[in-house]
Amino acid sequence: MAVSQFETHVHDVLVIGAGGAGLRAAIEARARGASVGLVCKSLLGKAHTVMAEGGVAAALAHVAPNDSWQVHFRDTMVGGKLLNNPRMAQLHAMEAPERVRELELWGAVFDRTRDGRISQRAFGGHSHPRLAHVGDRTGLEMIRTLQDKAVQGDVDVYMECTISHLLTTAGRVTGAFGYWRDSGQPVVFPARAVVLATGGIGRAYEVTSNSWEYSADGHALAYFAGAELIDMEFVQFHPTGMVWPPGVRGLLVTEAVRGEGGILRNKDGERFMWRYLPEDRRAEYAATDEEAQRWVEATSRGGEPSERRPPELSTRDNVSRAIYTEVKDGRGSPHGGVFLDISYLPAEHVRRKLPSMYEQFKELADVDITRGPMEVGPTTHYVMGGVRVDAETGASTVAGLFAVGEVTGGMHGANRLGGNSLSDLLVFGARTGAGAAAYARGQSASPYVDPAQVQRAARELGAPLERPEGEDPYAIQRDLQATMQSLVGIFREESDLARALDRLDDLEGRWSRTKVDGGRVFNPGWNLVFELRNLLAISQAVTMSARQRTESRGAHSRIDFPEQDDANWGGVNSVICRGADGTMMVTRTPLPPMANELRSLLGGTH
Amino acid sequence: MPDAQLNVFRGLPGEKSRFEAFEVPVEEGMVVLDALHWIQGHAAPDLAVRWNCKAAKCGSCGAEVNGRPSLTCKTRLTDYDLDEPITVEPMRAFPLIKDLVTDVSWNYAVNKTIEPFSPPADVPQADWRWQQRDVERVQEFRKCIECFLCQDVCHVLRNHETDSAFMGPRFLVRAAGLEMHPMDQGNRREYLKDSGGIGYCNITKCCTEVCPEHIKITDNAIIPLKERVADAYYDPLQWAWRKLRGNEGTGARVELPVLRGPRAAAGDPAPSDPAPAAAEGPVARADGPAVCARRPRRSRTSEPKPSPPAVGGEAARPPRRRRDRGTS
Repeated sequence: MAVSQFETHVHDVLVIGAGGAGLRAAIEARARGASVGLVCKSLLGKAHTVMAEGGVAAALAHVAPNDSWQVHFRDTMVGGKLLNNPRMAQLHAMEAPERVRELELWGAVFDRTRDGRISQRAFGGHSHPRLAHVGDRTGLEMIRTLQDKAVQGDVDVYMECTISHLLTTAGRVTGAFGYWRDSGQPVVFPARAVVLATGGIGRAYEVTSNSWEYSADGHALAYFAGAELIDMEFVQFHPTGMVWPPGVRGLLVTEAVRGEGGILRNKDGERFMWRYLPEDRRAEYAATDEEAQRWVEATSRGGEPSERRPPELSTRDNVSRAIYTEVKDGRGSPHGGVFLDISYLPAEHVRRKLPSMYEQFKELADVDITRGPMEVGPTTHYVMGGVRVDAETGASTVAGLFAVGEVTGGMHGANRLGGNSLSDLLVFGARTGAGAAAYARGQSASPYVDPAQVQRAARELGAPLERPEGEDPYAIQRDLQATMQSLVGIFREESDLARALDRLDDLEGRWSRTKVDGGRVFNPGWNLVFELRNLLAISQAVTMSARQRTESRGAHSRIDFPEQDDANWGGVNSVICRGADGTMMVTRTPLPPMANELRSLLGGTH
Repeated sequence: MPDAQLNVFRGLPGEKSRFEAFEVPVEEGMVVLDALHWIQGHAAPDLAVRWNCKAAKCGSCGAEVNGRPSLTCKTRLTDYDLDEPITVEPMRAFPLIKDLVTDVSWNYAVNKTIEPFSPPADVPQADWRWQQRDVERVQEFRKCIECFLCQDVCHVLRNHETDSAFMGPRFLVRAAGLEMHPMDQGNRREYLKDSGGIGYCNITKCCTEVCPEHIKITDNAIIPLKERVADAYYDPLQWAWRKLRGNEGTGARVELPVLRGPRAAAGDPAPSDPAPAAAEGPVARADGPAVCARRPRRSRTSEPKPSPPAVGGEAARPPRRRRDRGTS
């Protein structure tokens, strides 16, 4: 069968994934004259960005006049335990304000300060109130704004289309192969440049705030195409997910609850975060309940408090470990979490600033958060690791392949600050869209697609439907999630990680024999087969990287190596790549060098 | 807890559709989407369901539960009498793809025809100052998660009462959000009247009742838009002013696609009539929009300003009964 027998759409730039990162990249590439195709697994506007709640971090200095990109840069590096790509952190901090203001020009309606400008709220690890927001539905506002902009800009959108393979020509990526969910028919996208904007890997875990779409697709597609992945051991467990009822376990409770003054307590009523503040950063936090209370009062009035922030606004890695430890030591709430209380503030204020949290708890858990505390516990939320990219252009280590957003590594180091992902996807969305368009312009020939690769991809696609019998993909998914949750979770150790690799090996074997019932039309079991291939590969990458890093840093906590080991692991990234024999290899590489003027911004930190 | 019985619609377009019964173990707090996932994982791996966030934020998982258009991710099983089966069907206004998944691409085509946000060219952004209270209404409209339940329940779209285009409540809300934006300079009145078919809405408020974001679609978006259209085109003073100014609109009508609903296969039984189950359900749902959808009410006199009958000449048109359903 020749390639011409498949439905084919040719573009200069093909963007895979239509969350904020993919949309922003598509808008930019189109604005620079490229013809752009945008493929997404779901309907347009449903991507994970829609669930982002608290806000987008940018040093606009509307609430805190002394905020600046330099302070934002420092906060980001300190939060990332100095493992961030410093150039990415710099570009991010410098360009985020302009990218946020641009959204307003495109129709986004952010909450306002008293003097009528874009308002900003406090978040963990940020020195100043910095997050532009719309109540607690900032992501929805962003995706709708970007979606409308992209559609007006003549980006061709291919909805409900799963990309299963990247196509390469002489070591360059020249297109992608996938299939339509609604018909099951294959489709080929030859492209001069391909941008991965596929988000994260949360579905590898049982308890996650992520949707089904977060199945490591872009991480795996890049890896299979020969690209390097870095920092894969750093998986962020958000401290506050819902823990009850069972069906909503893991659902996100925005950090904005704590940004607005939410207090964490254990079952004895103790405000336990006082005990978990890292000594070297102790001075940044309030000294007493009274100081924290005055901070909340000043913040509620929309001003910048002169008091220091409450202990609940420590970084996410730290708060997650604290909650995990409280529960493990028997001081948890009835359903295995801790209490998060905002009900001491006026009900009207809570409903206005946190409307979707109010709804979510009322509708799904019968809890009125204006009257009593929520029960919360850690949930898999974000992966800091991903495709190694060039800070300026988003280019991966494979020609023709670009990446942006959560699928990339480097920007957030060992731990991401809340609010920095929405700004990440705007800043690097624009840069990567521009980078991919420029690269595409330099490719004169129309993109060649190798018929043998397309046919092989089509055969792989059909195989699970044609096997007379075999493994149930849903059962493999359940076993994978149980493995990652119990063995590669918040706290890790050598014996668990070794066991996880064995189990992943078994699951890989079972996966190669999957059998799916039903036809090709909108068959979720069939779709799951390709997602499992990606999840299995990337779970292995997470586990191998976690095993290699024999220290604790940021989101990566080793029971057997509890200290941060700067002598051996400071400024060192883990690297995952595919060996010549097709097996996964883990190595290490030094962090890109930091310019002196950036180093000086870190002050006493390093 | 007892098991729940779910009667789930299965089938492809043109195929004889059917309801399949599944016994699902019930956990505390379980929602209909959890039950559908349980069915996928244990009984029917190919059951087609759209969903993403499972937190009522993405608007993907809309379906008709006991006849009521609902987000299955926030519809609790324990809100129903579990001694009775719970019926789950796809949104009936849209063409079927498979099982609970319908083709909603028509909505995206309509959205494209709306004039986008049009800020003034001569006001620098630094001067874009507005107070929170000035944008609260716009923010209400921008809460929309595009679940399309309002489109599904809207009898103009659902019953395909017109061969002319009607944009539906979702896009009236979008248009309202643009029209009421403090910096927007666009004028969508001619579009709303001639292309969008705003006159077809006879303000039965079914859309408002099903909106999971609690947007007051009829009162806050549609009625004010109808007033703007009426002011511009039917108020004699404004009419004279437009004549004088020469500002009569572009006259360029934008062609909207017309929604074509599902076509039943030959010999297909009528879709389930959920009215009895809905009536026996929780009190809050007894007067639910499933009933509303099939028996739209006339404009209520208590409404502040009923839509001017002149707009599109359609407002007072009596609703038609859905043809493919039995009597209730």
